[in-house]
Amino acid sequence: MSQIFHHSSNALARVTIFGGVFILGFIGWAGYQLDASHYATRQEVPRDQPVPFSHAHHVGGEGFDCRYCHTTVEDSSFANIPPVKTCMNCHSQIWKDSPTLEPVRTAFRNNGTIAWVRVHDLPDFVYFNHSIHVAKGVGCETCHGRIDQMPLTRQFATLRMEWCLDCHKNPAPNLRPHEFITKMGYTPAGDQEEIGRRLMAENQIQDARHLTSCSTCHR
Amino acid sequence: MRTNLKWGAVALILAGAVGCRQDMHDQPKYIPLRPSSFFDDGRSARPIPAGTVARGHLEADTAFYTGKDANGNYVDGFPFAVTKEVLLRGQERYNIFCTPCHDRTGTGNGIVVRRGFRHPPSYHIDRLRQAPNGYIFDVITNGFGAMQDYSAQVAPADRWAIIAYERALQLSENATLADVPAAQRAQLGAQGNALVIQQEAR
Ligand code: HEC
Ligand code: HEC
Ligand code: HEC
Ligand code: HEC
Ligand code: HEC
Ligand code: HEC
Repeated sequence: MSQIFHHSSNALARVTIFGGVFILGFIGWAGYQLDASHYATRQEVPRDQPVPFSHAHHVGGEGFDCRYCHTTVEDSSFANIPPVKTCMNCHSQIWKDSPTLEPVRTAFRNNGTIAWVRVHDLPDFVYFNHSIHVAKGVGCETCHGRIDQMPLTRQFATLRMEWCLDCHKNPAPNLRPHEFITKMGYTPAGDQEEIGRRLMAENQIQDARHLTSCSTCHR
Repeated sequence: MRTNLKWGAVALILAGAVGCRQDMHDQPKYIPLRPSSFFDDGRSARPIPAGTVARGHLEADTAFYTGKDANGNYVDGFPFAVTKEVLLRGQERYNIFCTPCHDRTGTGNGIVVRRGFRHPPSYHIDRLRQAPNGYIFDVITNGFGAMQDYSAQVAPADRWAIIAYERALQLSENATLADVPAAQRAQLGAQGNALVIQQEAR
C-alpha cells in the first residue's frame, strides 16, 4: 500500500501544531493592538469643526476658565458645549467682523445652534458622570490632557474600559485639591503620595471593589 | 485541508467581529448633546414652552431672583447670611466669569478689554460703591450696555455670592489700618498698608 501522506507532511504537521499557537497568539495580539490603536480609539485625531474654535487661544492664550463655557460640568453628568450666546459675550465686540465667526453670528441672529462635531463619544452602554469626578478631585487635565495647547480639540485618553479601571483601582495618584480642578500644567505642591492619601480620606473615596464592579459603569 | 479549515474559521470569526460593534454603541435614544432628526431645529433638548413653569423653578421669591422688592425697588443687603464659605464661593465664581473683563481686582482691565472690548467702569468708583446690591444683581441678570447678561451661566445664589465678593473687593481697595483686627495687624508687615490684603485678593 502506498503512503497517503508524503514524507514532508511531518514537517507541516509540526509547523501547524507548534506554529498554530504562535499564529493564533499573534492574531490575538495584532487584534488587540489594532483595537487599542489611535486608528480605532480615534485618540489624538483633531476633528474639523464648523468654526475653528481653539482652546489654545481661549484657554492657553487668554486664560479663560473651562467653567466659563462648560458651565454644567460641576453639577451634571455631562459637560455642556456653550451656546452661541456665550461666544457673543465677547465676540459681539472683538473679532466682530471676522469671517471665521460668521456661522456664530448667523446662528445667534436666528436663535440657532452650531453643529459641533463630537470629539469624545463613549458607547451608550457606559454610564459616565462628570460631576462626581470633578467633585472628588480629578482634574480636567487628567482625562483631557493639555487642552490649552490644542488648536483643534483632540481626544487625549483611549476611553477604553481599562483606562477607566486603571484609575478606579487606585485614584490616589490622580487626585488634586479642588481649587486646581481646571488648572492646566498642574504640579502638586509637595508629595503627591501624601496629598493623594489625604484627599482619598477627605473626599471619602469609595473602595476599589465598588469602583470596579460592573454595575458602576454599566447600569 | 486542515489548515484551510482553520483559516476559514479564523476568517469567519474576524468577519463576525467586524459586524459586532455599533448597535449597542449607538442606541436609538436621546442622550445629552445628541441631535434629533424629529424636530425642525435638530435639538433633542427642547426649549421650555412659553407660559409653563418647570418643577422647582417657580421663583416666587422676587427679591432673591430679581434683586427687586415687591414695589420694584432694588433691595440692599443679602437674602442669606454672608459667611466665609459664601465669600470663597463668590471669589471662585467671580474669577471664572467676571475677571476676563473686570480683572481680579475689579478695575476693569481684564484681558478681553485689552483685546479691544469696551472698558467697564472700575468697581471702586463712588457710584458703584453706593449702588444697592439689587442693582448689581440686575446687571448680572439682565446685562448692562455692552455687557451681556450672565443669567444662563451663573445661578442666582452664585450671583449673590459674587456680589458679596465684589463688596469685599471694594472694601479692600479702600481699607485702612484701622479696619484690620488688631490681632492680624502684625501680618501686614512694616508698611502696614492695605497692599497685603489686596494681594491676597489677587
Ligand atoms: C470660550 C469657551 C470655552 C472654554 C473657556 C473652554 N472650552 Fe472646551 N469647548 C468649547 C467649544 C465651543 C467646544 C466644541 C468645539 C470643539 O470640540 O473644539 C469645546 C469642546 C471641548 C471638549 C471636547 C468635547 C467633545 O466634543 O467631546 C473638551 C474635552 C473640552 N472642550 C474641554 C475643555 C477644558 C478642559 C477647558 C478648560 C481648560 C475648556 N474646554 C475650556 C468652548 C470652550
Ligand atoms: C471671554 C471672552 C471670549 C469668549 C466667551 C469667546 N471668545 Fe473667541 N476669542 C476671544 C479673544 C480675546 C480672542 C482673540 C485671541 C487672540 O487674538 O489671541 C478670540 C478669538 C477667537 C477666534 C479666532 C479668530 C481667528 O481668526 O484667529 C475664534 C474662531 C473664536 N474666538 C471663536 C469663539 C467661539 C466659537 C466662541 C464660543 C464658543 C468664543 N470664541 C468665545 C475671546 C472670547
Ligand atoms: C474622569 C475623567 C474626566 C474628567 C476629570 C473630566 N472629563 Fe470631560 N469627558 C470625559 C469622558 C470619558 C467624556 C466622554 C463622555 C461621553 O462620551 O459620554 C468627556 C466629555 C467631555 C465633554 C464633551 C461633552 C460630554 O459631556 O460628553 C466636555 C466639554 C468635557 N468633557 C469637558 C470637561 C471639563 C471642562 C472637565 C473639568 C472640569 C472635564 N471634562 C473633566 C472624562 C473626563
Ligand atoms: C483619573 C481617575 C479616573 C478615571 C480615568 C475615571 N474615573 Fe470614574 N471615578 C474616579 C473617582 C476618584 C471617582 C469617585 C469615587 C467615589 O466617589 O468614591 C469616580 C467615580 C465614578 C463613578 C461614580 C461611582 C458611584 O459611586 O456611583 C462612575 C459611574 C465613574 N467614575 C465612571 C467612570 C468611567 C465610565 C470612566 C472611563 C470612561 C471613568 N470613571 C474614569 C476616578 C476616575
Ligand atoms: C470604570 C468603569 C467600568 C467598569 C467598572 C466596567 N466597565 Fe465595561 N466598559 C467600560 C467602558 C468605558 C467601555 C467602553 C470601551 C470601549 O468603547 O472601547 C466598556 C465596555 C465593556 C464591554 C464591551 C466591549 C466592546 O468592545 O464592545 C463589555 C462586554 C464590558 N465592558 C463588560 C464589563 C464587565 C463584565 C465589567 C465588570 C467586571 C465591567 N465591564 C466593568 C467601563 C467600565
Ligand atoms: C465680556 C466682558 C465682561 C464680562 C465677562 C463681565 N462684564 Fe461687567 N461690564 C462689562 C462692560 C463693558 C461694562 C460697561 C458697560 C457699558 O457701560 O456699556 C460692564 C459693567 C458692569 C457693571 C457696572 C454697571 C454700571 O452701572 O456701570 C457691573 C456691576 C458689572 N459689569 C458686573 C459684572 C459681573 C458681576 C460680572 C461677572 C458675572 C461681569 N460684570 C462680567 C464687561 C464685562
